[in-house]
Amino acid sequence: MLKKKKWLKLSLLSLLAVILLAGCGGGNDTDKAEKGGGKGKEEDVLAQVKEKDKIVFGVKNDTRLFGLKNPSTGEVEGFDIDIAKALAAEILGDENKVEFKEVTSKTRMALLNNGDIDAIVATMTITEDRKKEVDFTDVYFDAGQSLLVKKGSDIKGIDSLKGKKVLAVKGSTSSINIREKAPEAQVLEFENYSEAFAALKSGQGDALTTDDSILYGMADEDPSYELVGGTFTEEPYGIAVKKGNTEFVEELNKALKSLKDSGKYDEIHDKWIKH
Amino acid sequence: MLDFSILTENLDMYLLGFKNTIMSSLVALISSLILGVLIAIMRIAPIKPLNWLGTAYVEFIRNIPLLIITFFFFLGLKLSGLYAGTLALTIYTSSFIAEAIRAGILSVPKGQMEAARSSGLTYGQAMRLVILPQAVKIVIPPLGNQFINLVKNSSILAVVAGLDLMYHGDLISSRTFVVFDVYIFVAAFYLILTIPLSFGVGYLEKRLAKSN
Repeated sequence: MLKKKKWLKLSLLSLLAVILLAGCGGGNDTDKAEKGGGKGKEEDVLAQVKEKDKIVFGVKNDTRLFGLKNPSTGEVEGFDIDIAKALAAEILGDENKVEFKEVTSKTRMALLNNGDIDAIVATMTITEDRKKEVDFTDVYFDAGQSLLVKKGSDIKGIDSLKGKKVLAVKGSTSSINIREKAPEAQVLEFENYSEAFAALKSGQGDALTTDDSILYGMADEDPSYELVGGTFTEEPYGIAVKKGNTEFVEELNKALKSLKDSGKYDEIHDKWIKH
Repeated sequence: MLDFSILTENLDMYLLGFKNTIMSSLVALISSLILGVLIAIMRIAPIKPLNWLGTAYVEFIRNIPLLIITFFFFLGLKLSGLYAGTLALTIYTSSFIAEAIRAGILSVPKGQMEAARSSGLTYGQAMRLVILPQAVKIVIPPLGNQFINLVKNSSILAVVAGLDLMYHGDLISSRTFVVFDVYIFVAAFYLILTIPLSFGVGYLEKRLAKSN
């Protein structure tokens, strides 16, 4: 008798917990809908940027050549960082009117949609799926997906991955691409590039896959690793802003174009990318 | 409302993760209990070097982050993510379990041991027949806490590609660009494990109290 009652109580409580959580989810969604619909003004990121006289960029902190925190200065350095500063100089007139927040491939979209950052400049590939969630500027960098292996590995390219362990990073396009292009490889995904590279170095996988530009940075760091097989996708990088901010996108595109026209873009490109 | 299509469309991934989380938690739970009991006995045994060894183990393991222990097994010993995470969970939890059990044994009044010894039992017999049955009742609630923590801590596997529930949650979230709803379902799966565990411990506690 007593036992029965206990089990009933138990299952009721589990049910209650799930319903409660479901309720939470619901509340959050309606919140979002209201913001999107009723208070359109609040979503004007460009106006916000002008008002606070500063652009908050989401950048990588762990990606050599693009966005890497220099431990001795505490500053983030790289191609993405210099581009972001140059954009701020074009739009707000001063390259120091920027703030950098660390993002990863996994967190960047959520941070952008929450309003924590105004724009993402973080080795982000423009894809059709992502275009449904955010708005992209014109391409600011052309990369392509490739493979990094230890020198002397029997992996020569995308076709020799059968039965191999390939390491990738959660939330990156490369983790999705590799499953399509090499369905017989086992894909393991990590939080960020440094962890994925550490896993490769300790022999947890046979190859690491992501954009060639990022892999070159790793090969620079440890010359016993090399890129093989060339690129097998096109990964055009774009700057992402919150959906619906056409004016902000146009402003960024204008700034990008004038950087390219003035030669400033090439200067930044040549400073970081040597391949 | 909560988008249930996320759950139904990715059910195979959720279930695969759920299965691995259950396996990892179950293995870690049983082995950390055994290891924890051994360490606790080492700490209270009347042999000094064993005491020191037990104390060193507990103080070293429980005072470093689980994440670092996991990375040690994953990157250092090169175990797969699932094994490295489960082993780290076992080692980490065993140090807390050892402390809970030691506290339980010490809270049995000293007179019990003295009486048992003076009635002719050896130290081992007294421990097994008199002290431990009393200590079990005291130890159940803190052990329950440790087991619940263990199930939740198993999400550490996600960081080393351990194919658990959290790892698959991360993957689903990065494929669908949905964050909140994906993790709500992840939480629901954890609750399926932790709530019965909670009640099981409560039930055991009541039953043992009645036998007093």
